[in-house]
Amino acid sequence: MLAQQLLNALVLGSVYALFSMGFTLTFGVLRVINLLYGFYVAAGAFLALVLVRDVGLPLWAAGLSAALATGVIGMVCDTAVLTPLRRAKAPELASLIVTLGGVLLLNSVMFLVFGAEVRRFPVDVLSQAPISLGTLQIGEVQLTIIIVVAIVVTALFLFIERTRLGIAVRALAENPDAASLMGVNVEAMFIGISFIAATLTAIAGILIGLNFNAVDPYMGEPLMLRAFAVIIIGGLGDIRNALVAGLALGFVEVMTAGYLSSNFKDAAGFAVMVVTLWLRPSGLFGHSVVRRA
Amino acid sequence: MKRAVLFALAAAFGFAQPALAQDAIKVGAVEGLSGPIAKYGVPIRHGIELALDQVNAKGVIGGRKIQMIFEDSAGQKEQALTAMKKLLAVDHVVAVFGPTLSNEMFAAGPAAVERQIPDIGTSTTANGITDIGDWIFRTSLPEADVVPVTVATVKKKYGVKKVALMYANDDAFSKSGFDVMKAAVEKQGIEIATIETFSTKDTDFAAQLTKIKGLNVDAIGISALAEAGAGVVLQARQLGIPPSVVMFGGNGFNSPKVAEIAGKAAEGFMVGTPWFIGKKDPLNQQFVAAYKQKYNEDPDQFAAQAYDSLFILAEALDRAGSTDNTKLHDALLKTDHKGVLGPFRFTPHRDPALVEGVVVLAVKNGKFDTLE
Repeated sequence: MLAQQLLNALVLGSVYALFSMGFTLTFGVLRVINLLYGFYVAAGAFLALVLVRDVGLPLWAAGLSAALATGVIGMVCDTAVLTPLRRAKAPELASLIVTLGGVLLLNSVMFLVFGAEVRRFPVDVLSQAPISLGTLQIGEVQLTIIIVVAIVVTALFLFIERTRLGIAVRALAENPDAASLMGVNVEAMFIGISFIAATLTAIAGILIGLNFNAVDPYMGEPLMLRAFAVIIIGGLGDIRNALVAGLALGFVEVMTAGYLSSNFKDAAGFAVMVVTLWLRPSGLFGHSVVRRA
Repeated sequence: MKRAVLFALAAAFGFAQPALAQDAIKVGAVEGLSGPIAKYGVPIRHGIELALDQVNAKGVIGGRKIQMIFEDSAGQKEQALTAMKKLLAVDHVVAVFGPTLSNEMFAAGPAAVERQIPDIGTSTTANGITDIGDWIFRTSLPEADVVPVTVATVKKKYGVKKVALMYANDDAFSKSGFDVMKAAVEKQGIEIATIETFSTKDTDFAAQLTKIKGLNVDAIGISALAEAGAGVVLQARQLGIPPSVVMFGGNGFNSPKVAEIAGKAAEGFMVGTPWFIGKKDPLNQQFVAAYKQKYNEDPDQFAAQAYDSLFILAEALDRAGSTDNTKLHDALLKTDHKGVLGPFRFTPHRDPALVEGVVVLAVKNGKFDTLE
């Protein structure tokens, strides 16, 4: 049973990690806690649903198109909402409040268009039968989640660590003014990061929609709360920390529910967050000095 | 002058029973007939009127007809109370049906109690409805009465000895449904291996279900709203909990969404309901056919309950032999009716006494159907 629970933790943690990485990437570069990501979760899932159900694309193609399309939506929304504030050099709190308003507005629009009812992917878009790996049982959906997250995370790391653009992203996160002086096109980078982060978020949304086999306009909300916990535990602004902390949060939640009591499942993750804030305010893996723009 | 001539003419032509129109027995109904609540109120009105056709075909108390007076509450407490007062004081009805919602009943019911006129709730399932007063009756089975029947059926059919219970702990409806389910399981002498919770917005139940899987239970009982509950059912089967482990749900599961979301994983999932359109009882099938013919749509549970309720009142009027309020009240308490919801009697506290009519459904080929 322990092995099965570890597998469960890996599935849950992978989704948390994927979502939190997008979230923290924008923070690292844009210096904004961008709540619009709650909307991108649902947007990605809805687009994938429409493409699978109404257009009849195979799941992988629908998922990829939906994720990229959400990336574009992310670019547009982030630019529209955040650029004026950045120009005005508004404080971080103002950006947070604006994105809160933005996510409420966008979710409501989605609610109007699609209704509150929960929708599902067509039956058997993925097999529901369990696959046995020795004593372990894993659904095709869970296996898909682990594989997709592994691929996306690897690609993201390669991009950040190995490419010129990735180096520019890191430079921008380190010091926007210096990066700008070194010839980094800051505005273009902002837009590019919005695209990448929204795409990651949409993939997380699609995977969750598949796992639960249900898609609704407010599905991003619980994930937003988890993302807060993840980035506080891991330390804001570093995708490696988000990956580790995301997996750790999944582990804490699953182990609490599996061996303590499911009543404490949600509480346990947030308890870790509070303790982290007390003991290591910049995160378990964070630098001792929080970087400031 | 003109009117006198008309009366004379009427008398001259010798209408069969000229006194009949005057003698019609007035019965009121306060129902939500407009606004969002109309989806309950209109089927109730249809159910009553369908029964009225059949009752008036032979009449009550030796051939007198019942005249129904409907008032719209629009789902508003204040409007329900005004409507109730109008029916009691202006129309002098001998009995009232409704209002539709429990909240409205709590507002309007006391007026009927004050006037000592029997008021029959056909759709009010909240606790404490009949506590409003001695003149309030109800024919709708409280949801708390349905779950124990499901549990008893699960035990009888599958010989279940050990269960795991799960519920959404952030939703009042799911929690109260769980309390009823737990009590019913204990009453049946079934061992509870574990109680697991989740939240309505959760998308992952693997940890709880893995734990349950390790406990080798015979059945899993779930109290949740349809969407979250269906997610639990889906993941249970994905984690390899075999179909031999029966799953059953509280009232929230009585929705086509369950099979829609969970797909094949929902096959065999069991839930109880006071009424089911496909119930293979001749009386029920006649009702469904007549309703479809008259209104060109399927009846629902509210229509069925209202339909039975008018017969229950008509039979009580016959037993009372008059429209005297005290006699009618006592006659209602002696109700012994066989309706589309099954046999019906009142408890001394004026609630439904019997649960024989509860139907246990199981998902079969993606749809709820009566359990064979």
